[in-house]
Amino acid sequence: MGTGILVLCEHDDRGFKKTGFELLGKASELAAAIGGDVTAAVIGRAGGAELGAHGAATALSASGADFASYSTGAWARALQAIVAAADPAVVLAPASSRAKDFLPRLAARLGAGMVTEATDLRAEGGKVVARRPMYAGKAFADAHVASGLAIITVRPNSFPVGAGGGAAATEQAVSVALQDGDLAARVVDTEQAATSVADLTEAERIVSGGRSVKSKEQYDSLIRPLAASIGATPGASRACVDAGYAPHSHQVGQTGKVVNPSLYIACGISGAIQHLAGMRTSRIIVAVNTDPDAPIFQHATYGIVGDMFEVAPMLRQAFEQLEA
Amino acid sequence: MKVGVCLKRVPATDTRIKIASSESGVDTSDVKWEINPYDEFALEAALLMKDAKQASEVIIFTVGEKGAEAKVREGLARGADRAVRVEVGEVDALNIASALAGAVKGEGVDLVLAGKQAIDSDDSQVPAMMAEVLGWGQITEVDQLEVDGSAVKGWRNAGGGSRDVVATTLPAVVSCDKGLNEPRYASLRGIMKAKRKKIAVVNAEGGSAKVAYSNWSEPPARPPGRVLDGDNAQRVSELVRLLRQEAKVL
Ligand SMILES: Cc1cc2nc3c(=O)[nH]c(=O)nc-3n(C[C@H](O)[C@H](O)[C@H](O)COP(=O)(O)OP(=O)(O)OC[C@H]3O[C@@H](n4cnc5c(N)ncnc54)[C@H](O)[C@@H]3O)c2cc1C
Repeated sequence: MGTGILVLCEHDDRGFKKTGFELLGKASELAAAIGGDVTAAVIGRAGGAELGAHGAATALSASGADFASYSTGAWARALQAIVAAADPAVVLAPASSRAKDFLPRLAARLGAGMVTEATDLRAEGGKVVARRPMYAGKAFADAHVASGLAIITVRPNSFPVGAGGGAAATEQAVSVALQDGDLAARVVDTEQAATSVADLTEAERIVSGGRSVKSKEQYDSLIRPLAASIGATPGASRACVDAGYAPHSHQVGQTGKVVNPSLYIACGISGAIQHLAGMRTSRIIVAVNTDPDAPIFQHATYGIVGDMFEVAPMLRQAFEQLEA
Repeated sequence: MKVGVCLKRVPATDTRIKIASSESGVDTSDVKWEINPYDEFALEAALLMKDAKQASEVIIFTVGEKGAEAKVREGLARGADRAVRVEVGEVDALNIASALAGAVKGEGVDLVLAGKQAIDSDDSQVPAMMAEVLGWGQITEVDQLEVDGSAVKGWRNAGGGSRDVVATTLPAVVSCDKGLNEPRYASLRGIMKAKRKKIAVVNAEGGSAKVAYSNWSEPPARPPGRVLDGDNAQRVSELVRLLRQEAKVL
């Protein structure tokens, strides 16, 4: 049985992602209670000294030609090697689409208990207990792994990023010997999105449109610019997506993305239970809807009963003035 | 090629979830059940392969009690050929994945299609765990899929609207996302035929569950909100003020 906490720190062209900083900060707090160090796990690049600022004592990295593009098998094998080197009690990772792709494989291989999509963590009796939504957010429960390694994925934006300022982490490369079949499934191409915005699941701000935008043109002229004015990611209800006004990748809800932003602005969305399932943990919810009885108002922090075709452009103008 | 489809029954998406009085779980006594929506995409993908004569047989696999069979029957009515129901002891993702892997192996399946997650436990663990137990390649959360001989290609969300194209070869496990296809309804003829289709029952050994759940509750109540007064110009400027000064999100 290991000690301490290992945190998977994902990165992209712009560097380490905020999700890792959120988890390192929380891990420092938890490690103080359950014992052991906080270690960062870095896959696909070397380094990681800067992760010390957020609480990592050591950064263990696996990099090289095998990690030039993502593959489930290589990532699982790399984290297996890093887990072997760090011997933690708990592995924390962001609930990203990649982490959810390769972590269950590793959990099965190691016989570890895995908990997904936690929104809060606490230390209790020397263990880390995860609070997590289930049934699409209609129920919450505590989950813990009674014995052996625990692997827990956490929804982005669940914890604040600390001030930083810790000492540099000790960098250490871990060598990984891939086995037959590890590259059996691999990324052969990536279709880049036209615009680069944060993914809905990681976005701090989201502006969503509903069926009542009435056309793709109006989604593009009303919702997207409003989102752009505050650097938000555009989202949509299923009715909006199914009508062809926005792509599937924009859908928020039970059969779309589960989001956890600090600001969610819903324009012309009624607030059906399946939509709420995807966004109810948002910190601040703003609703713009002509119907004062729309269910969304029961969940909104701030509501405007009004026509979004009038309100959205005014709001955009006000936002643009702010950002200027 | 034999195609396996993992199918689970889940509470309908519009059902209110009641917490059992002991906070030990969810009270499902008067829940209306549905096929897990993501499993419907998996089933449809398999049926399309059968329509195209790519699949010789479509077999549904489910883990659960006898009560789960009604929704399996619905899958058979849509066109699957037969089904296997697996009974396990303690239920958690790894036990379910191992049980399904055993059953899939027993049937000589080449391709397993599953939903990307079940909307009750929301774990999204079973497909990848199954692939690991089987020692197969996997592509998870695909919204586009191509199977050509033994070559499989899947498109999956890579964040920010980009998509990764992942290639693997059979045998493989693929988990399905919305956007992959439009699930069909069962025809009357299909419903009649399904009555005679076979649901085999097998038992799987399972270890003890690794993850323990407790303290179930309804979602935390949101603090009451506020509807803003005035004309639209006033409401917009009040909203911006609140977002900056009270909520501090701008
Ligand atoms: C299995 C299943 C899964 C589902 N999954 C999802 C999911 O993942 N995500 C999802 O969103 N839904 C999902 N749904 C669908 C869901 O039940 C609703 O149908 C959908 O969310 C409604 O979208 P909407 O709010 O855009 O449209 P509507 O419910 O039609 O609401 C439109 C709203 O716009 C308002 N409005 C009209 N004109 C204006 C205007 N000019 N200005 C301002 N407001 C205006 C109206 O008052 C109304 O409240 C699912 C349903 C099922 C059965």
